[in-house]
Amino acid sequence: MIPLSWYLIVAALLFCIGLYGALARRNAIGVLMGIELMLNAVNINLIAFWRYITPEVLTGQVFALFVITVAAAEAAIGLALIISIFRHRETVTVEDMDMMKW
Amino acid sequence: MTLVQIVFLVLAVAAIGSAVGVVTSKNIFYSALLLIACLFMVAGFYVLLEAPFLAAVQVLIYVGAIAVLIIFAVMLTENLMVRRRAWNEQWWVALVVAAALAAVLLYVVVTAQWQVSAAATPGDAIAALGQSLMSTYVLPFEVASVLLLMALIGAIIIAREEKEEQR
Repeated sequence: MIPLSWYLIVAALLFCIGLYGALARRNAIGVLMGIELMLNAVNINLIAFWRYITPEVLTGQVFALFVITVAAAEAAIGLALIISIFRHRETVTVEDMDMMKW
Repeated sequence: MTLVQIVFLVLAVAAIGSAVGVVTSKNIFYSALLLIACLFMVAGFYVLLEAPFLAAVQVLIYVGAIAVLIIFAVMLTENLMVRRRAWNEQWWVALVVAAALAAVLLYVVVTAQWQVSAAATPGDAIAALGQSLMSTYVLPFEVASVLLLMALIGAIIIAREEKEEQR
C-alpha cells in the first residue's frame, strides 16, 4: 500500500512547478499550461483524500469531475482569447498585452 | 518495497520530470507535448488510487480535448522556428515564491498526522458515482452543463473572424 503522504508530496511539487510556469512564462499559452498543471495537482489531492480518508462517500470524485469540467471551459475561453488577441495585436507575449495599463 | 510502490515512483518521477520540462522548455510546442505526457502520468495515479472512471475522464478530456486545443492554439499563433526567451524578467521572484510554497506544503504534508481510513472502495464505484451525480449533486451537475454551454458559445464569439462589412 502506498502511503497517503507520497501522493500529497507529488501533488505539492506539481502544484509549485505549475505555479512557477504560470508566473514566469512569457508566452500566454505557457501560462495556461501552468494553470492546467496546478489544476491537475489539486485533482490528485482530491482523489487521494477520497481514497484514503472517506472511500465510502464519493464527494472527492465528484469534486474532481467538476474541476475537470471547469478546466475544460477555462481552457476553451482562454485559448479563444489568446487567438483573438493574436489576430488583433500579432503577439502572444504576456508583457505586450498592456493596452489596459497606464 | 512492493511492485505498486515501484510503479508509483516511476509515475511520480515521470510526472515531475515532464512538468519541469513543460515550464522550462524554450519551444512552446515541446511544452505542449510534455504536458500530454504529464497528464497521462496523472491518469496513472488515478488508476493506482482505484478511480478508473476518473482515469478515463482524464485521458478523454485532458489528453483528448484540452491538450489538442492547446496544440491547435500553439500552431495558430506562434512562429515555432523563432526561439525566444521562455521566461520574463521576474522569473527569479516566481522561483522564490514557488520554492517557498513548496517548502511550506512539504513541511505540512510530512509532519501532519493523517487519519487514514482502512475501508475499501465500494465495489460498484462507477454506478454509485452516477447515482450521486443524479441525486445528491444534481444541482451542480446542471450548473456545470450551463457553464459548458456558455463556454462553448463564448469561445465561438470571441475567436470568430470578424467580417469587413460587419465592423
